[in-house]
Amino acid sequence: MPRIKSLEDLKKIKENAKDLTSARSEGKTRVVIGMGTCGIAAGARKVMDAVLAELEKRGLHDVTVETTGCIGMCQQEPLLDVIRAGQGRITYGKVEPEDVPRIIADHVVNGTIVQDKVIGRAD
Amino acid sequence: MALYRAHVLVCGGTGCVSSGSEGVLTALKERIAAKKLDNEVMVVPTGCHGMCEMGPIVVVYPEGVFYCRVTPEDAQEIVEEHLFKGRRVERLLYKESETLKGVPNYKDIPFYSKQVRVALRNCGYINPDNIEEYIVRDGYAALTKVLTEMQPADVIAEVKTSGLRGRGGGGFPTGLKWEFCARAAGDKKYVICNADEGDPGAFMDRSILEGDPHAILEGLLIGGYAMGADEAYIYCRAEYPLAIKRLQRAIEQAKEYGLLGDNILDSGFSFDVHIKEGAGAFVCGEETALMASIEGQRGMPRPRPPFPANKGLWAKPTNINNVETWANVPTIIRNGGAWYAAMGTEKSKGTKVFALTGKINHTGLVEVPMGLTIREVVFDLGGGILGGKKFKAVQIGGPSGGCLTEEHLDLPISYESLTAAGAIMGSGGLVVMDEETCMVDVAKFFLEFTQAESCGKCVPCREGTKQMLLMLNKITSGEGTLEDLDTLEELALMVKEMSLCGLGQTAPNPVLTTLRYFRDEYEAHIVEKRCPAGACSALLRYIIDPERCRRCGLCAKACPVSCISGDRQTPYVIDQDKCIKCGACYEKCPFDAIDRR
Repeated sequence: MPRIKSLEDLKKIKENAKDLTSARSEGKTRVVIGMGTCGIAAGARKVMDAVLAELEKRGLHDVTVETTGCIGMCQQEPLLDVIRAGQGRITYGKVEPEDVPRIIADHVVNGTIVQDKVIGRAD
Repeated sequence: MALYRAHVLVCGGTGCVSSGSEGVLTALKERIAAKKLDNEVMVVPTGCHGMCEMGPIVVVYPEGVFYCRVTPEDAQEIVEEHLFKGRRVERLLYKESETLKGVPNYKDIPFYSKQVRVALRNCGYINPDNIEEYIVRDGYAALTKVLTEMQPADVIAEVKTSGLRGRGGGGFPTGLKWEFCARAAGDKKYVICNADEGDPGAFMDRSILEGDPHAILEGLLIGGYAMGADEAYIYCRAEYPLAIKRLQRAIEQAKEYGLLGDNILDSGFSFDVHIKEGAGAFVCGEETALMASIEGQRGMPRPRPPFPANKGLWAKPTNINNVETWANVPTIIRNGGAWYAAMGTEKSKGTKVFALTGKINHTGLVEVPMGLTIREVVFDLGGGILGGKKFKAVQIGGPSGGCLTEEHLDLPISYESLTAAGAIMGSGGLVVMDEETCMVDVAKFFLEFTQAESCGKCVPCREGTKQMLLMLNKITSGEGTLEDLDTLEELALMVKEMSLCGLGQTAPNPVLTTLRYFRDEYEAHIVEKRCPAGACSALLRYIIDPERCRRCGLCAKACPVSCISGDRQTPYVIDQDKCIKCGACYEKCPFDAIDRR
């Protein structure tokens, strides 16, 4: 039982429990995965699993993962968007689960866009 | 800990529970599990979101999409469409009243966009049964700050700076009250949380207790430290079973985490909290009656002085504040008194929670900065009058408050402005009335309540309210005289002046304000034997207009006492002697041939 004895203890509990409400706060980097029928057929589910696994592995609490419907570029599915403050909305196409760690590490964490997978950009 | 990409918040306040949110919660969990999303989507039961009339309410994060009136049958669609495929379920969105366009986001709904939530900051956002969610929201940080960095006098100074005043109705400066208790001689002191919310139409305290119980505990702890008390009582009416359950759970958790009990945070400060269930007597919201009730005596007030700060519970120095006051304390300490004082008006600082009820579109709870006008609260946040009818009056402060009219709509809400207009802030009940409300009937309703709740200890309240009620009954049954109005006013002022406690001192307010602003309605009842709003059934007449009557006979069939006669040749007629004024014929007539006068 975590008895709180000091400010540090309280902070520790707060840090550990962050995930409890992290999805509810705003102003964070967003990863959006296309989950229309086209996306699902192209394997978006596996991409989603890979994203969640990678975020958990890296202990990233300040990233939200959202789903969205078909946006019309079905031939490029699975689609994955990263929306990072100051960089607009970057859309990656034909994302494979293997691409996910690279996108998370380079773009989500470090802000370097993974150019070879980018198919669109909106500000 | 697994990472949950989406959180589905299901309101578990009493309002939403009674409209079926528990079934929604179960259905959502089932559907999520069936779709194998239970490792990535979390379902969280929360406290009240405030928009009770739109319940059961479900909010989906991270997008912050707000769904209303969700049924268990909708769970399938929310899970399939929104959580799995990322498509909002448009038909469940909140609809803007004018354009009927769906408003997807929580924060864009007008009901929420004008609110400033301090006391309600966690209500509807966290799971009240989980102390860790409270801690993530900076919970117990204020307690830690107080115990490690501040002297008791510093805490009191901070509360004084904030300008916080008692949110239970009295409006006494909280910091000053704390100082009296801190200075009182004695080594044993108590702090009490008054959760005996009993006004008809008020539920702000219940929502805070249900939605954020740890905030109350933290407030009590901070107050206890500041005043040198080591024990607290929460006096909560037994009619709030959910609030009591959540409080008990919160107390257990705080004890597990070492935030209640002996030597908290190794500071040497020890503190314990008890819950006392009240039996629901309105008078027990009065502080001296409340303490008598905790002591096991009959809940009756006693004269003050001595004030509780010097001689309170078991004759020890005691401080009593209500739920909303305590709930503000942790945030004031965390953000500083000056931050709080920056909101509101010159003498009424901070925010106030109001319970909107009556003939208003969005029944529910709102927290707004002091100084907002009644118009903004009723029309902008509350969405205006039900059915597009005309606004007539608003009763502020429950049975102790008064009715304010259209001319007060632009009155900025503060303790002073409301008192000057004849009402009181009270605990924040706001009952809205439309053109079909009879003001004499309203005064009678509230007086019936206070009369029944009078404890009977002092004569003015016991006998005075009784006589006032008899006079109101006389007037609404068409037997009043104009002299009655003067007697009524005289008696009301006497009861107000001479009663022992707040109950009697404020009970005449509804009568006095309606007499002041709606005297013509009283006179219509007396002189014309007519109820202008058509609400007092004894004065009503249902009359069939022979010109308009098409002789269908539906009225005669609907009449439960068979007092309508007629046939295909002769128009139907109501026998006024037998008529019980139920209105069944009026409702039934397809040709609007029946007049109600």
